[in-house]
Amino acid sequence: MKIIAKEVLVDYAGVRIVRLVLSALEISQKVRAGEFVVVMSCKNGERIPLTVVCADPQSGTITLIFQEAGLTTKTLGSLNAGDSLYALLGPLGHPTLIKNYGKVILVGGGVGIAEILPVAKALKAAGNNLTTILGAKTKALLILEKELQSFSSVLEVLTDDGSSGEKGFTTVALEKHLKENQYDLVYAVGPLPMMKKVAEISKNFKAPVIVSLNALMVDATGMCGCCRVTVDGKIKFSCVDGPEFDASKIDWEELSRRNTMYAKKEQHICKLGF
Amino acid sequence: MAKDPVEANELPAEERIKGFQEAVRGYSQEEAISEASRCLQCKNPACITGCPVNIDIKKFIWQLSKHNYAGAYFTIRLMNNFPSICGRVCPAEYQCRKACVLNKNKSSYASFEAINIHFLERFIGDYGMRNNLEPKVEKHPKFSGLKVAVVGSGPAGLCCAGELAREGIKVTVFESLQSCGGVLGYGIPSFRLPRDILAAEINYLSKLGVEFRTNFLVGKTITLKELFAQGFNKIFLGLGAGVPGFLGIHGENFCNIYSANEFLTRINLMSADKFPRYHTPVNIGAHVLVIGGGNTALDAARCAVRLQKINALRPDVQIVYRRTEAELPARRFEIKHAQEEGVRFKFLTQPQEFLGDEDGFVQKLKCLNCQLGDADASGRKRPVAIKDSDFELDCDLAVVAIGLEANQILTGLTPDLVTDKYKDIIVNPENMETSLKNVFAGGDIVGGEGTVIEALGMAKKAARAMIDNS
Repeated sequence: MKIIAKEVLVDYAGVRIVRLVLSALEISQKVRAGEFVVVMSCKNGERIPLTVVCADPQSGTITLIFQEAGLTTKTLGSLNAGDSLYALLGPLGHPTLIKNYGKVILVGGGVGIAEILPVAKALKAAGNNLTTILGAKTKALLILEKELQSFSSVLEVLTDDGSSGEKGFTTVALEKHLKENQYDLVYAVGPLPMMKKVAEISKNFKAPVIVSLNALMVDATGMCGCCRVTVDGKIKFSCVDGPEFDASKIDWEELSRRNTMYAKKEQHICKLGF
Repeated sequence: MAKDPVEANELPAEERIKGFQEAVRGYSQEEAISEASRCLQCKNPACITGCPVNIDIKKFIWQLSKHNYAGAYFTIRLMNNFPSICGRVCPAEYQCRKACVLNKNKSSYASFEAINIHFLERFIGDYGMRNNLEPKVEKHPKFSGLKVAVVGSGPAGLCCAGELAREGIKVTVFESLQSCGGVLGYGIPSFRLPRDILAAEINYLSKLGVEFRTNFLVGKTITLKELFAQGFNKIFLGLGAGVPGFLGIHGENFCNIYSANEFLTRINLMSADKFPRYHTPVNIGAHVLVIGGGNTALDAARCAVRLQKINALRPDVQIVYRRTEAELPARRFEIKHAQEEGVRFKFLTQPQEFLGDEDGFVQKLKCLNCQLGDADASGRKRPVAIKDSDFELDCDLAVVAIGLEANQILTGLTPDLVTDKYKDIIVNPENMETSLKNVFAGGDIVGGEGTVIEALGMAKKAARAMIDNS
């Protein structure tokens, strides 16, 4: 649970994205692409899920990347190398089904790009041909471009302001690619509106679409049902049934509403200056 | 002439709802002796058979009445490792007290005349804890090489660990949460089970040499096979029931609809009532509905009243239940406490559909009135919805407390571990051994949701079998 290394990947215009390398022997030996851990930064902290970005069983470490958004991620981001987390549990969730699909298109938006990386690495190792589309507001907020480049046959970057790559949205680029070529799988992680749009666009094409959801969780072992999401009309728990689901079957409206459940509380603590 | 039952000292309801202090203060020494002296010391004490672990109730009450508190403590401890816990959470009126010869009720639970066995057990348990009375530890050298892994630190796991450790067996308890106790920690609120009682029991096990590994999810962090490979000779699975059931009605995923497990965990384990000092939030509403009639539903309702009070809201919590008061499966004691604290009951009411506002927050619960029909398989009268009787209840926060299903993380990842159609683990009832050799199980993961004391009974049996075969 000890932090071995810390790096601030992005610190620009109020956005901070942090990489932590943690000592976690058992998890590093077990974790597979798509799985996550739950962390508590301090004794009075909250339990939050974070995808494991990479693991090194030799050194017994795992890497987490997160954007400081609320109180919990800010507290986590304030820790330094040498500090220890209060709790670290994992690996959790179902790993990504890794096989040779053929041609795979990966879409990563914002800090969701970090979650694309382990899947890209594993899919590449399984012989897939990868097209990767990355999106960020602006160049300074784009992470892991170089790392993903090494696994991808095609890598396309889009920014809202055109400061890197094309100006525009990942979803527009996705549609263009799907029209031009046949793909066997679409895999997307990013902000909810992006993933929802990916699901909508992909409906017109044959390739199945998998997304990894970042629902609110407490225990993250199936005990509380906080992370429930409606998939194909049925209640599923993101923690034990997911975190990946067929994007075409997700009730996106419900999911985005559920993610705002504590918005007022968050505002309240921000006002208090916590 | 028989004396009146001695009532336990309680904090007044208006004080109770200001926080999470223990509601029942329990007996003083004089009160305990007075209550114990009401016991008729029956020739054939039915109370003992009414107890799931067959505590020699007659004997411990006799010892208590003779001021032999230590003797009474060891009499209980022979069968029950956690008298301070069980004295607080056992549904005694459905068990030992129901069997008491002084019970005048023919219904499913005891009348007030039955001896208050649970209060006496609690008094003795607390006496033992205060005075560090612990059964003699006889560590057998033949067990010195033995290592047992206990999976889950709830009632079953803790009990099994204690039984084994006292024989000198090396025990490691694996717990997925950040702290131990299982449902005793995340589920049962501190106004029913103060956390220092739980901490003292866990501390005692640590002193016995039990090692606790929190943040460790057996199945995912390590497999059963790997545990054996690491040198564990036997494994006990006390996984708990785990997964909350939902109603399956429309609108159930609106914001501010919680499972009881989630609502209680946020408060009991994560201290959300102390938000923002503790970072986990929990919402509260002005009109709270709790669906279900068991102890968990009542715990959730009583927590909700406290959250309303803390947030300067007028207490407005209703329990929605399909049957009537007589069929409520909760402890009678908790029903009384909940009523005193302002919880109201909406009986013969079947939820139909949650209605929400445009932001996706729950607003109302659409219901149907019910009447009771014929008895069902469980022997309880079946609620039958009355056509066209629909009505709406205001509801800006709801808690669904309709029971739990088996957690399948470990069983799903261990295909050789045979489960039944409910995904509960199948064991040999003689020794609690599962389909996997040297893997035992007990508690709610065997046979579904039960009580703490039933879990202890199973854990003890498994521990005995492990000891006898080692």
